Amino acid sequence: MIRFDSVTKAYPGTTRPALNGVSIEILKGEFVFLVGASGSGKSSFLRLILREETPTKGAIHVLGQHLNTLASRKVPYFRRNLGVVFQDFRLLPNKTVFDNVAFTLQVIGKSRGFIQEAVPDALKMVGLAGKSNRYPHELSGGEQQRVAIARAVVNKPAILLADEPTGNLDPATSAGIMTLLERINLGGTTVLMATHDAGIVDQMKRRVIELISGQIVRDERQGGYQTQAVPVQGFGRMAEEVAP
Amino acid sequence: MRLGLILGEVGNGLRRNVSMVISVILVTFISLTFVGAAILLQMQIGQMKGYWYDRAQVAVYMCTSLDTTGNCTQSEATQDQIDAVEAKLKSDALTPYIKKFEYENHEQAYKNFQAQLSDNPIASFVTPETLNESFRVNLIDPTEADILIESLSSMPGVQAVEDQRGYLDRIFAVLNAASYTAIGVAALMLIAAVLLIATTIRLSAFSRRRELGIMRLVGASNRFIQTPFILEGVFAALIGSVLAGLAIVGIVQFFVQGYLTTALQSTTTLVGLGDALVVVPILVVVGAALAAASAGVAISRYLKV
Ligand SMILES: Nc1ncnc2c1ncn2[C@@H]1O[C@H](COP(=O)(O)OP(=O)(O)OP(=O)(O)O)[C@@H](O)[C@H]1O
Ligand SMILES: [Mg+2]
Repeated sequence: MIRFDSVTKAYPGTTRPALNGVSIEILKGEFVFLVGASGSGKSSFLRLILREETPTKGAIHVLGQHLNTLASRKVPYFRRNLGVVFQDFRLLPNKTVFDNVAFTLQVIGKSRGFIQEAVPDALKMVGLAGKSNRYPHELSGGEQQRVAIARAVVNKPAILLADEPTGNLDPATSAGIMTLLERINLGGTTVLMATHDAGIVDQMKRRVIELISGQIVRDERQGGYQTQAVPVQGFGRMAEEVAP
Repeated sequence: MRLGLILGEVGNGLRRNVSMVISVILVTFISLTFVGAAILLQMQIGQMKGYWYDRAQVAVYMCTSLDTTGNCTQSEATQDQIDAVEAKLKSDALTPYIKKFEYENHEQAYKNFQAQLSDNPIASFVTPETLNESFRVNLIDPTEADILIESLSSMPGVQAVEDQRGYLDRIFAVLNAASYTAIGVAALMLIAAVLLIATTIRLSAFSRRRELGIMRLVGASNRFIQTPFILEGVFAALIGSVLAGLAIVGIVQFFVQGYLTTALQSTTTLVGLGDALVVVPILVVVGAALAAASAGVAISRYLKV
């Protein structure tokens, strides 16, 4: 579903690469946390999957597409299979909740009939069925993030990328968002979430990939935010690969 | 549905940037008016060439008793000399080039002179004897005047052989210079228009960067993202082009046909409404194409994925 083969990403004009020789495979239906200190390369990892950036070295395959060689004009169509959520929600302030969610469907050319059905469904799923005529500034942060999630999943994407979706929310609200993401994952969507929230990671007991300075140092099934056991998969293999 | 969405975006963009859009309209209006004027001038030159070259004559001036230039020695050309020139014009060597010729004597020359310069005080000082008698030769191909000049200028009693196209070419040179000036001004203005459109579109894209970011994120196609901006530029430029078209039609209708035709009487043919109507679509197409191109380039920066 998502595969990185020795991927290195060095931004132009920087000496230290944001990602350094990363190899990883994420399977369909998995729920994966991406943890690591600030600047360790989590957002870069997600941007590479979204094909907002291309790798400096190595190959990336997502949903059967080889992203290195994917033509620019095909990128929009590739992205229709992905949903994205950010820490800062990124809603359009002059559109209602309904229109914010509908917007993503309109711009990819969905019919009015499809939109009239899909948008209320998505809003109901995130628990905002009664607030579709509100504007973003009339919602709490948690509710705004729910709108953003509804927007990300309204087109039933195969993969949901979330970059610190609970970063601006209090623990109770965050828990609600996590329940929602879990539900979406149960529906078959692969969820990849970058986070600093130790409580959430420890509680969910899902796969955890930890990055330090752009390298994967841990890839643990049912892991926690901090290493509790000896890292199981991935780390050892990677150490071998890095060795000359 | 999609069309409605795109047109809505165009409307929003235009509303948000009213002052920029107005300046785009004005600059395209003025630059395309210059383009149109340049095209009309070229058409005018073409028409005048056709009209005047047909009528242009080669004049063979015979000596008067005052002339010292050419083959003249201050004595009137004799009848023999005049007959010799006429015989030469009728000779086998020259007839193939000549459509017709006629002789203008002192009295006729004086009459023509008085008619042309009736308002001029000089006219009253001139007597028939001071004006050259001349042969007025119409050539089949007006560019072959040199043959006549060569074979006639050395004949006794001939003061000068003059190709009147020379005068016309000087007039055309002036008109040409005017039309090149118009083209130069038009080119500079068009550059300004293109840059202004690009800036307007960039501003418009900047003010909509949130929407653009989300569109790119959720996979709106480049064409979908691009189209409203290109339409916005084209729309503004189209208004400018249409205004320029109206200006051109107005200039032809009221200035050329209304004023110039009466001022110049019927001494020459002038461009008419038909010509103006040829120019208008050119202006509209040029305006729209330039706007589409510059808006497209300006927005492409926002499409890089
Ligand atoms: N567009 C860019 N140009 C240059 N350098 C960049 C760019 N984006 C990120 N970087 C650098 O790449 C490294 C990794 O950044 P990244 O945003 O992936 O970290 P992160 O793990 O998401 O951090 P955080 O937890 O603070 O969000 C950092 O050193 C950052 O400065
Ligand atoms: Mg980040």
